[in-house]
Amino acid sequence: MPRFLSMIRIDESERPAEQLTPEFHERMGALFEEITKAGVMLDTAGLTPTSEGTRLTWSGGTLSAVDGPFTETKEVVGGYAILQAKDKAEALEWTKRFLEIHDEHVSVTAELRQIAEG
Amino acid sequence: MTGTALAPPRGRLVSWAPVTPAPPHPPDPPGALERVAAVFRIESARIIAAVTRIVGDVGIAEELAQDALVAAMEAWPRSGVPRNPAAWLMATARNRAVDLVRRRETYARKLAEVGRSLDDVAPPEPEDADDIDDDVLRLIFTACHPALSPEARIALTLRLLGGLTTPEIARAFLTSEATVAQRIVRAKRTLARAGVPFEVPTGPERAARLASVLEVVYLVFNEGYSATAGDDLVRPALCEDALRLARLLAALVPDEPEVHGLVALLEIQASRTAARTGPGGAPVLLADQDRSRWNLLLIGRGVDALGRAGDGPYSLQAAIAACHARAARYEDTDWAAIAALYGRLLALTPSPVVALNRAVAVSMAQGPAAGLAQVDALVDEPALREYHLLPSVRGDLLARLGRHDEARAEWERAAALTRNTRERDLLLERADLAAEGGSRAAPPPA
Repeated sequence: MPRFLSMIRIDESERPAEQLTPEFHERMGALFEEITKAGVMLDTAGLTPTSEGTRLTWSGGTLSAVDGPFTETKEVVGGYAILQAKDKAEALEWTKRFLEIHDEHVSVTAELRQIAEG
Repeated sequence: MTGTALAPPRGRLVSWAPVTPAPPHPPDPPGALERVAAVFRIESARIIAAVTRIVGDVGIAEELAQDALVAAMEAWPRSGVPRNPAAWLMATARNRAVDLVRRRETYARKLAEVGRSLDDVAPPEPEDADDIDDDVLRLIFTACHPALSPEARIALTLRLLGGLTTPEIARAFLTSEATVAQRIVRAKRTLARAGVPFEVPTGPERAARLASVLEVVYLVFNEGYSATAGDDLVRPALCEDALRLARLLAALVPDEPEVHGLVALLEIQASRTAARTGPGGAPVLLADQDRSRWNLLLIGRGVDALGRAGDGPYSLQAAIAACHARAARYEDTDWAAIAALYGRLLALTPSPVVALNRAVAVSMAQGPAAGLAQVDALVDEPALREYHLLPSVRGDLLARLGRHDEARAEWERAAALTRNTRERDLLLERADLAAEGGSRAAPPPA
């Protein structure tokens, strides 16, 4: 059964955490229970803001480091989930459910990628 | 979801009729059929469970769930995927179940029998998620009912709970579709005839029934993990189906330590899947596995589950698996701890196979002579007469003692006993090595 990484991309400038209502958290809890029960969710977590992150780059034989926040890109990874599903359609279905529990005014992107096994 | 806007089609009763193929339709919206399939696979166990409670028969419930699937295949490509596709499927199946109950000729009599009135027949209201969870748990206990043979329990569980099709089950167990189909039909008939109530057992019966459920999951996993026959040593899909079932159980009965023990065992075993076969599918022994290929995420999940486990047989086996998982290198394995755990397991479930495993651990902790003494005590066990790992282990211990000719004979005997071609090749290879006065003596997988 293939595994998938779902990277949750958010616009940090919109202060997404403050936009999440208690009702959202309730829906999130229910969905989380459901997806765990289905044996699909292997791991998931939210990330602290990019202001606490650092980007390390190896390029041209030199190592460089840039501390966050990373403002040059609109969307940054705000969380992830590792899913194990029968196929991509099933992983997409769960990802849709995750997005649909958000309130209408919230903008969030999930990038679903299959993990290369072997 | 009772609203009219999303109300699923009702009334057409097709449960016994042959499935009518969806009429041709423009591919609009694209991917609708794919979504039907994905949503159905996710929801089918819950739908079957909820419907069984209405109609009281898993066979009819499964047909009604299939009807809902067909209805979705017809409707969604035409009118679009509903906003809550899971609820649509559930409501469609439940409506049809209620219609069916109402139409049954024997309806009134049945009601009189069970002392219910029309109003008590499960209304097609949306249910609490917890209610459906209870139904799913009832379905698990029903599919694993002791009135059924172990093969039937496995087939029915994979079909109803795992969402596997008959061809998928047949492929997984290297048997014909006709055999599996017949097995499932018979199992449903047996359940109906025996009047097996759709319930979660309580009281003293519960422990034995739960053991039967855990055994089914364990057998499914094992068939995938150490394929007893065929060309592939491992059939990972089957392991993953078993793991899903185990995780589902752990969520439904979180207060049962042995369930967590089983989850822990399966997660940790599954963590080694990638390392257990080499290029070309040849088996790689635990001693030789590239431990960097063990899946740390699964090990972590297993160790977490072990923290909630108890001291039953699955929990003890999980603790043994965790001992291996904790050893960064094979040489670091705490064999004394493993031998002690096998000792506890043996006291709990006296079995020559467990005794054989303990002998291996003892040989690693105290030397091959101590292990051989324990193995020799098992040679006359009738249960091990056809068991290829007995001569395989004996061969290993003899080789470690420098008795290569005897080792070779044992490995050849083991090769003749195993039904797995990959394993046979490996055993013959080692027999050849021993013939050359072979020095490479690897212990068998623990």
